[in-house]
Amino acid sequence: MNYDPFILPFSIGASILILTLILKYGYWIYKLDKDEKIKIVRGFFSIKLFKGIREVFLESLIHRKIFKENALLGYMHMSLAFGWFLLIIGGSLESKIHSHRPFNMPYEPIFFKFFNHNINIYPWADEFKFIMDFLLLLVLSGVVLALIKRVWSRLFGMKKTTKLRIGDRFALISLWLIFPLRFFAESITSGLYNNGGFLTGNAGKVFAYTLPLETLYYPTWWAYSSVLCVFFLALPYSRYMHIFTEAVLIFLRNFGIKSCKVFNAYSKVEVYSCSRCGLCIDKCPLLTSSRIKDTQAVYFLQSVRNKNVKEEKAFDCLLCGRCQEFCPVGIGLNNIRVSQRLDFAPGLQNFNFINPQQKEKATVAYFAGCMTHLTPTIKIAMEEIFKKAGTDYTFIDKDGGICCGRPLMVSGEIMKAHKLIEKNHNLIKESGAKTLVTSCPICLKSFKEDYKLNIEIIHHSQFLLRLVNERKISLNKSEIKAVYHDPCELGRGCGVYEEPRQLLQKTLSLQRIKNEKESSMCCGNSIGGLHVNHVQREAITMDATAALLKYKPELIVTSCPLCKKTFAKNPETGVKDIAEVVVASMRN
Amino acid sequence: MKNFGYTINKDRQIDFDKTDKRISEYVREHEPSFNICIACGTCTATCSSGNFTELSLRKIITLVKRGDTKGIQAEISKCMLCGKCFLACPRGVNTRNVIIKISQALEKYNI
Repeated sequence: MNYDPFILPFSIGASILILTLILKYGYWIYKLDKDEKIKIVRGFFSIKLFKGIREVFLESLIHRKIFKENALLGYMHMSLAFGWFLLIIGGSLESKIHSHRPFNMPYEPIFFKFFNHNINIYPWADEFKFIMDFLLLLVLSGVVLALIKRVWSRLFGMKKTTKLRIGDRFALISLWLIFPLRFFAESITSGLYNNGGFLTGNAGKVFAYTLPLETLYYPTWWAYSSVLCVFFLALPYSRYMHIFTEAVLIFLRNFGIKSCKVFNAYSKVEVYSCSRCGLCIDKCPLLTSSRIKDTQAVYFLQSVRNKNVKEEKAFDCLLCGRCQEFCPVGIGLNNIRVSQRLDFAPGLQNFNFINPQQKEKATVAYFAGCMTHLTPTIKIAMEEIFKKAGTDYTFIDKDGGICCGRPLMVSGEIMKAHKLIEKNHNLIKESGAKTLVTSCPICLKSFKEDYKLNIEIIHHSQFLLRLVNERKISLNKSEIKAVYHDPCELGRGCGVYEEPRQLLQKTLSLQRIKNEKESSMCCGNSIGGLHVNHVQREAITMDATAALLKYKPELIVTSCPLCKKTFAKNPETGVKDIAEVVVASMRN
Repeated sequence: MKNFGYTINKDRQIDFDKTDKRISEYVREHEPSFNICIACGTCTATCSSGNFTELSLRKIITLVKRGDTKGIQAEISKCMLCGKCFLACPRGVNTRNVIIKISQALEKYNI
């Protein structure tokens, strides 16, 4: 067995790391609900396991989603993660083949070149030398890019990169040192014993002219081992905890565990999975428009992890969901934000006054929602369409209804919200409807997520498209140039992107715009946030409107009464809801 | 004495010894837009809960500012936080947060 005291820091660090990880993950999985544990066991013995492995390979190692966003940033993450992974695999194979034993000490592959000076006598020595040097070069290129990113983040398509804490600094600096030190240690060894590949071999020859190799030889191996130790010890307390936790998260997600609005063990795994890549920062309208620089998802998750969430930060997010859409790890950022609001929410409730009755029965129940009552042209349009199409419908909240409960829910008042949900649930059930149509995407999201209605729940844009396809109503095509604004709750919230577009293409000349669908901008008046003030909201509205007006449309169309009300302030063009557009083209 | 149909109204002066300014100070500190309310009543006119019951944000804000906090808790807990008042407010008062802050202050000072 090869042994030298300098392997001790590495071995101690690695053992402590493995023990810490086993304890942490074991505790988190133990803390999951019973149903979720059953899901894990079932998922483990099914195809879901292989789906998980595939996703771990694509996301944790290759970083496919970051590649899609920015190729250079993707390459940086891939070269570090995948390169290191292959170095471990390659090194392990190399040392095992050379020692002719299937098992050896875990440090032997890492310090292979130290223990084996004359490697040319082993099989495939040249191939391994080349591959290992190539992989080292790959990782080193990633380290160089990471250094450049700290100084020049714009090159990576990012206006801002993440801020660091002291624990992270330790881990980050040791991580940056690991591979340069490995390079130096192997090059110096090669300079003395000529056992390097194209990279370390040639570097060794150069070093032999300029450096005192004999004196540097032993200390560099010590430094390499010590830096690995520092990194391993700092890892569980730094953002690099994501390296392993992301894989755990991917498996749990594939086994069917979902994020929820109450902070649980799964949320904890999510929080620790954040790699702080910072892609969410530039997506946040609170940064780009309102200039709030410290509330973006990456910072918020950091504060959740450090257990110092500020009330202000918990409440100023508008829950537009842009960060969540672009999160390469797929963390349920909106739910984590809401989960942190529960502690601050006041618990008073007095909803005994609400006692509405549903008398009519019909196949379609129409729920306009509070915001639609604030923009009554939408409900008037819908009623006209229902009548013309001969739909058997009942207007659940005709005389002003109860709120769907989502505003309370996302403000952290879950118990209060459930009172309203119960009342609305009974109303809708009593109507005997098979389809629930709503004009407000906020209500739609709430009905889909928080109610257990067991009937079809659709937005009015989907319902109107169905009426057109079934030839219950017919539309006239006009040449009005229009742009469509995707509401946050309808698009990113419920995934309805295509139906409104298909419907609008039948009546208008619809322009394609830059920030559409998943990357649509928030209108600024979302009920998701409580803390952001009027001026900060106005800034978001101005930017969102300007982005739409850039295409010089004659009409802005949206399918959310809240967005409509917000955009209506702009004097340059008309703003219409999709139902109003349909009604207008029916009249012609 | 002969009743001529006149009554004497109760004195409507604000008694500074009895006012409780803690809530209004708490809200002012945490939601400054509370200050710019002109009590126009648009919030009350558009209120979803106000459709079913006599919930008036205008009245609540006025009472909180006066320091007359008795009975506010029963009123404010009727709010569904739907946000119509917030969209309708001509002054840009962050009404939803005002309501949350009043509720928090009520809990904090145990009123």
